[in-house]
Amino acid sequence: MTGPSKAGVLRGKAWVFGDDIDTDRILPGAWLHLTDPAEIASHCLEGVDPDFAGSAKPGDFIVAGKNFGCGSSREPATFSIKALGIGAVIARSFARIFLRNAIGIGLPVIVAPGVADEVSPGDELEVDLTAGRVSNLTTGVVHQGQEFPEFMRRIVAEGGIIPYAQRRVTERAQKRLLDHSREDRT
Amino acid sequence: MSAPMTATEKILAAHAGLDHVTPGQFVNAQVDLLLANDATAGKVIAQFQHIGADRVFDPERIVLVFDHYTPSNNIASATVCRQVREFAREAGGIDVVEVGKGGIEHCVLPERGLVLPGDLIVGQDSHTCTYGGLGAFATAVGVTDTAATMALGEIWLMVPETIRFELEGQVDPWTVGKDLILHTIGRIGVDGALYKAMEFAGSAVSDLSIDSRLSLCNMGIEAGAKNAMIPPDSTTEEYLRDRAGREYDNVLSEPDARYAALHRWDVTGLRPQVAQPFLPSNVTSIDEVDPVAIDQAVVGSCTNGRLEDLAQAAEILREHTVAQGTRLIVIPGSQEVYLEATRLGYIEIFVKAGGAVSTPTCGPCFGGHMGILAEDEVAVSTTNRNFVGRMGHPRSRVYLSNAAVAAASAVAGYLCAPEEVLS
Repeated sequence: MTGPSKAGVLRGKAWVFGDDIDTDRILPGAWLHLTDPAEIASHCLEGVDPDFAGSAKPGDFIVAGKNFGCGSSREPATFSIKALGIGAVIARSFARIFLRNAIGIGLPVIVAPGVADEVSPGDELEVDLTAGRVSNLTTGVVHQGQEFPEFMRRIVAEGGIIPYAQRRVTERAQKRLLDHSREDRT
Repeated sequence: MSAPMTATEKILAAHAGLDHVTPGQFVNAQVDLLLANDATAGKVIAQFQHIGADRVFDPERIVLVFDHYTPSNNIASATVCRQVREFAREAGGIDVVEVGKGGIEHCVLPERGLVLPGDLIVGQDSHTCTYGGLGAFATAVGVTDTAATMALGEIWLMVPETIRFELEGQVDPWTVGKDLILHTIGRIGVDGALYKAMEFAGSAVSDLSIDSRLSLCNMGIEAGAKNAMIPPDSTTEEYLRDRAGREYDNVLSEPDARYAALHRWDVTGLRPQVAQPFLPSNVTSIDEVDPVAIDQAVVGSCTNGRLEDLAQAAEILREHTVAQGTRLIVIPGSQEVYLEATRLGYIEIFVKAGGAVSTPTCGPCFGGHMGILAEDEVAVSTTNRNFVGRMGHPRSRVYLSNAAVAAASAVAGYLCAPEEVLS
């Protein structure tokens, strides 16, 4: 059974990858011109496992070692994982731009150093996104992910960078309007 | 009194309107320049429209460059370029660096004096960190962050810790900035500077030309860094004298600034370095690498497409030709480099040697076009990544080097040092 069982809690199968998985292997450069989400998703991680995109189910998880997503600023690589319906990426560490892109587009990411060592391919995981907790239902082991700084958690809670920017743009427009009406009165 | 700051901290503080910042602190920083290229600019525009801002923050502080799939290699790429041109015009005259008038973004922007010491620059390309070679804070973000910055003119950033590298000594005559950064990545790994600022100093760094400094900082991202930085000095001043179109501030680290780590390395006699497949950290000296047969040699890219690189290649190829069974592709990084290389006779040397010379493009570096590898093919390339499938087929292989090694290997037909061809 996959998908949410309660708010922010997901269940799915683990797909395990190694260290330093770069964006060229997540989404090769030949596919950057694609715009259809389903088509982009169909190439997800094909540089590591050409069968992955066809076999993973929505709600499954990617478990990886250190420095996941290194290389390009290629946001379509991050997007390909989201478009495939992956519930969360859980890694020992993330490359900086990948992490920023994930937060920006609302792909759940968890930094949990022990998970890559403990989880085997195909293990059933339950992930509590709010608590950052990863429970391996196959082995019974529970991992606590690192907490993100409050600033980043607020952006995630707001729904990513687009809603954040929309709010800021609206606030500025209102301020301009207010300044303008003040000028009119003087 | 507050703690002394590194150059990166000082630039972030100044752009956030703060007297002082410390690593780990989140700031909203004003952006001096925002750039994007044709690879993802179409997606940036879509996200910008999604935000619903009625205007870009400042059309004069945005540059859009056609370099990745240009001159357009298919209808989809051509359509993106058309869309970018329309957007730029409607947004009030954003500068579009057109085919034939510019070249690769990280070569063109410094040439035009658009990036200056003390600037805060954000780009939708991971090699935006190049501009640290001129003493700017420059970092990369993705599509959505670029769109938000285009609307707001500011960006949230976490102040990074800085790692300082003091490289001392006189290197080998064939060694350039590319070799110093490969050597560094080889020692610290592809996540050795994850989330950090890299600051380079020492005699081996101050001896470098601006071309080499830009090349060195270009690959900071290959160690996971947020930005890379070389303190501006008299070499920087001289480079900018006729280029800088506005005032700037030479921001330097304070003497007692705090670093996450300080590496002091003696690089006396350091020979050209090679990164073997499949990570930029898999580095060895050219003298210790196996003489593997080479199908394709590439000289170019935002890492090594500058005049100094073409000069290295020309010196090797002046009296030699490309080996039977090997092909050489030379791509000047910009129209300015192309013109100067033509005046100096380099282009004629490349053509006579049997090299294919192309208009500026990122093409082969990321497996886009203009030199894609087939299954089991091997390339030596002056580009920046040798990941699985980077330049084409997942079973092709790329060795990263400087331009002298790439040119010498093209002549020999196998990976070798410049001396092997010249002697």
